[in-house]
Amino acid sequence: MAKASHNPISKGVDWMIIWLYAILVAIGILCIFMVEYNPDTFSAASFFTFNTNYSKQLLFAGVCAIVAIFILLSDSKLYTAFANLFYVFGILLMLLTFVIGKDINGSRSWIPLGGGFNLQPAELCKIFASLALAKYLSQLDTDFTKTKSQAIAVAIAMSPALLSIMQNETGLALAYSSFFIVMYREGLPGFILVIGFSFGVLVVATLIMEPNTLAIILTIIAAGTVYFMRRQIKRERILLAIIIGVWGLCVGIQRFAVPYIFNNVFECYQSQRIYNAVGKDYDCSQNKSAKNAAAASKTVVKPDDYNVRQSKIAIGSGGLIGKGFLKGTQTRGKYVPEQHTDFIFTSLGEAFGFTGCLLFLGLYMVLLFRIIYVAERQRSTFSRVYAYCIASIIFFHIAVNVCMTIGLFPIIGIPLPLISYGGSSLLTFTVLIFILVRLDADRQMVLR
Amino acid sequence: MPVYNQSRSRVIQLIFVAIFLIITAQLLHLQIFSSEYKIQAENNAIYRKVVYPDRGIVYDRKSRAILENTIMYDLMVTPKDARGADTTILCAILGIDTAEFRKRMVTAIIKNTSYKPSVFAALVSDDIYAQLNENMYRLPGFVLSERPVRKYPFEAAANVLGYLGEVDTTFLRKHKGEGYEMGDYAGMTGLESSYEKVLMGQRGVKRYIRDNKNRIQGAYENGVYDTAAIAGRNLYSSIDVDLQLLAEKLLGNKIGSAVAIDPKTGGILAMATSPSYNPNLLTGSERRKNFSKLVLDTARPLLNRAIKGQYPPGSTFKPLGALVALDEGLINPSFGYPCGGAYYSCGRPVKCEHHDAGHAASLRLALSHSCNSYFSQVFRMAIDNPAFNSPQEGYLKWKEYMNAMGLGVRLDIDLPSEDKGNIPDTARYNRDFGGTRWNSCNILTLGIGQDRMLATPLQLANAMCFIANKGYYYTPHFIDSVEHETAADTGLHKYRVKHKVTNISDEDFEAVQLAMLDVTVSGTAVGAKIDGINICAKTGTAQNPHGKNHSLFVAFAPKEDPKIAIAVVVENAGFGATWAAPIASLMMEKYLNDTISAKRLPEVERISKADLIPEAIKHWYAVKDSIKLAKLAKQIDADKAPVFENTTDNRKNTFDPEAEPDRKDNSDSTDKKINKSPAINQQQQQIKKPGKKNG
Repeated sequence: MAKASHNPISKGVDWMIIWLYAILVAIGILCIFMVEYNPDTFSAASFFTFNTNYSKQLLFAGVCAIVAIFILLSDSKLYTAFANLFYVFGILLMLLTFVIGKDINGSRSWIPLGGGFNLQPAELCKIFASLALAKYLSQLDTDFTKTKSQAIAVAIAMSPALLSIMQNETGLALAYSSFFIVMYREGLPGFILVIGFSFGVLVVATLIMEPNTLAIILTIIAAGTVYFMRRQIKRERILLAIIIGVWGLCVGIQRFAVPYIFNNVFECYQSQRIYNAVGKDYDCSQNKSAKNAAAASKTVVKPDDYNVRQSKIAIGSGGLIGKGFLKGTQTRGKYVPEQHTDFIFTSLGEAFGFTGCLLFLGLYMVLLFRIIYVAERQRSTFSRVYAYCIASIIFFHIAVNVCMTIGLFPIIGIPLPLISYGGSSLLTFTVLIFILVRLDADRQMVLR
Repeated sequence: MPVYNQSRSRVIQLIFVAIFLIITAQLLHLQIFSSEYKIQAENNAIYRKVVYPDRGIVYDRKSRAILENTIMYDLMVTPKDARGADTTILCAILGIDTAEFRKRMVTAIIKNTSYKPSVFAALVSDDIYAQLNENMYRLPGFVLSERPVRKYPFEAAANVLGYLGEVDTTFLRKHKGEGYEMGDYAGMTGLESSYEKVLMGQRGVKRYIRDNKNRIQGAYENGVYDTAAIAGRNLYSSIDVDLQLLAEKLLGNKIGSAVAIDPKTGGILAMATSPSYNPNLLTGSERRKNFSKLVLDTARPLLNRAIKGQYPPGSTFKPLGALVALDEGLINPSFGYPCGGAYYSCGRPVKCEHHDAGHAASLRLALSHSCNSYFSQVFRMAIDNPAFNSPQEGYLKWKEYMNAMGLGVRLDIDLPSEDKGNIPDTARYNRDFGGTRWNSCNILTLGIGQDRMLATPLQLANAMCFIANKGYYYTPHFIDSVEHETAADTGLHKYRVKHKVTNISDEDFEAVQLAMLDVTVSGTAVGAKIDGINICAKTGTAQNPHGKNHSLFVAFAPKEDPKIAIAVVVENAGFGATWAAPIASLMMEKYLNDTISAKRLPEVERISKADLIPEAIKHWYAVKDSIKLAKLAKQIDADKAPVFENTTDNRKNTFDPEAEPDRKDNSDSTDKKINKSPAINQQQQQIKKPGKKNG
């Protein structure tokens, strides 16, 4: 509407989100500084030399601020109008990586931009996928109770994930599963979440327990269910068939599917990481890829849990109030690998302890709840779905990243939003958040 | 579009909260409830380094350092940084080949990883240090790191000063809670050991933060928990290093010992033992090799004969015997004994060196001529003293005198493992003779310092102090004072207490001193006389079961105001006047006049060169050398033949470069050995020059 262009950009802007955003980015830079700090070479000027990670992150933050201002200046109709186009562009970019992609740490997901900067389309695709999903779900002719619509929505959300897996970026692909939360909010049947959760429990149980013990437990559960539902079963014979079918499926998964996947689909190190997360040791000699490597007379280095161990030591040694700013021994000694990116939470946990962690996570919680609050006050479906997308993505990143550093989740390369070092990641979350702020500022307008 | 599924918003919020609660629970577990991570983080990151303070310095009486610290250098390498190093230059300087270089590098990496410095060449010599220092710019990754090492600037008094050694488990068990750790060095013998606590100072502990590659990152908590190292305190000894050097020179090529004490304080002026060794051999990189060589040496250079050598005192005991008899009132200075060349009163005659009548007509004459008969008689009188009921009681009284004079008891000098000599107990004789049936005749030769009587040179010198002081002595000791002495330093108190142990009258002492004066004026040791100084002395020629008589000499001078008391023992060297007397005389002259008169200088050379080492020991050396030569010959053959075990090639691979960094090739040592053997032969051919007749 014409009225909007006369108003200052700050009108209707949700300042709370912006403040939380700014605080988190600042904390992020400080954390990266803690990791890199070296009293011998440090001087105040090193914040602006751009040859250290924290000064680079500062630069990224500056760029992000400019991008944020541009987004705030833009017209919110732009996003609804171009959502699908953006999505196609994003998918094309991801396909492009297969052609001109650059191999970094074994994943072919980067497009070199020159000047030492690389772009990871999978990160950007989160934005596009969110927009596209919001666009699709907000279409008047979409009836999300229909299975066909649900399938299309899942396809929109999961296509980039599939491409990511093909690029060997499992971690990023996993992030796309957060769209299920959004779809659940928009009407995806609840039992899907229940099934997903049950499946997760089953897999973890398979890893932890003896196969036979678990099979017996499953059988007892099935038998119990049959006993308690005997009346219903008498009326509907099909129920019995379903129960027996589910029991058979569970035992099959537990007995064959999980070991098969761990031994034949995953690489040795991946299996090892998952086993580590539940506190077990994986025997690499069963692993097919390890066997292949061994057959090719390559040395198979059995990966150990050094990362998680050091990460847990770092966080655990923080205690109640932490060792203090720049006093973390694990951090100063660089014991935690990848501490400035995926394991950034450890520096915080070590320096500020339980109190600091709780405050920090509280900040995240406030942000998430604020986004959900903002989502629920939207009049347009597009904005609401989009807001939920952001909340889900941010939540998923936080949960997986933090759980990974404290040893509750296998290690996958997922950054901590707004904190971890990395331009792509910071820019993505900036754009995600500020598009929401823009949309929210125009919430009085009826958008599609 | 209408808002539906609103309740699901709550579900999603619940999921968020649930996950956050799970995270919080795990954080609680990690950070609050388990302490293991804190400990692990400390184990990871805190490097505890013990800072060793400088050990204290030992000074002689003129404040010259006789044991001090010096810096030697280890060539350290950090293999990661050493890629661009000029190996050709380094190998040329160290005299190693590239294969050896590579081997050392690999050893360093295996031992310490390539990120941490390890020793490439330990304790490099001064000229190698200079060359390395010049070329350091071509050797990135290499550094010369300082290492404090003990140094003996005069190369003297090895057995007195002692050496440092690595502590072993026994030591650690004994010194629990004193801060020693495996790998530490501590004083093993001598003053280094006795004054270990003073010399070692107080260790400091520094805590550093180290990184994942074990590199030091900086002080932990800015050094709040660090303790400073406190340097060891210096010791001021009574040693006169010139006198010590002279004594060691004079005892060269002999087996024996010389002890000189300042009677007024009990401070030991010199304590020489021979054979000895250059103490610097046990400080540098060759320490282990040299040590095993010294330990295996049959002449036992590591034995401090001044406190561990137990000799029959022979005639040097006679002044003490006279004092006992005088004090018990059994004789007076004019007492005489008609000696006709032997003492016949106890059946088996005890021979005397003199036949002429009247040579034992008074105490003065008898002592100056060292008449065996006279002192046998005096001893018998003491044992059979009518004041006591039995010879046993008489003997006990006599033993009491001896112990009071410091014989047969440990003097408690400030050196470890002092021997106490032997004044036998009555129980011993009861066993020998089957009950108390023995009498003065059975133990007659005790009276002339033989039989079972044994004394260390230190005890003999101390006895001279006792006579010189007319009835008292201070416990002999080396250390007069400790730097910054406090009330807590109780160790030195016992050396400042006067031991007035008997009540022998001054007249009795005067009589004995006069007689001892005559020894150098007209008696057995006229040759020991120094112009212008009255020396009271006594020679001794002790029979012993190990071969030729030991040559002994005890003295103090000047008589009027004794400044030095001395005892010299030369093993298997014959008459006391022949070797021991001139050695003691030269030492006294050096100490009292501060120099040796020109006319006696040739005497110094003559004595120091005289070879009195017993044939048995020389034979041992000869056998050892011939075995070495035989081995060498075998090795030369082996070089041509196929290589078997225990040959040069094999051994080359197994030696420890840290222990013997300077070891180059066997060809060097071959030359040395070949050079050495003729030298030994020369020594053997040297003819012993006859000494002066025992007056």
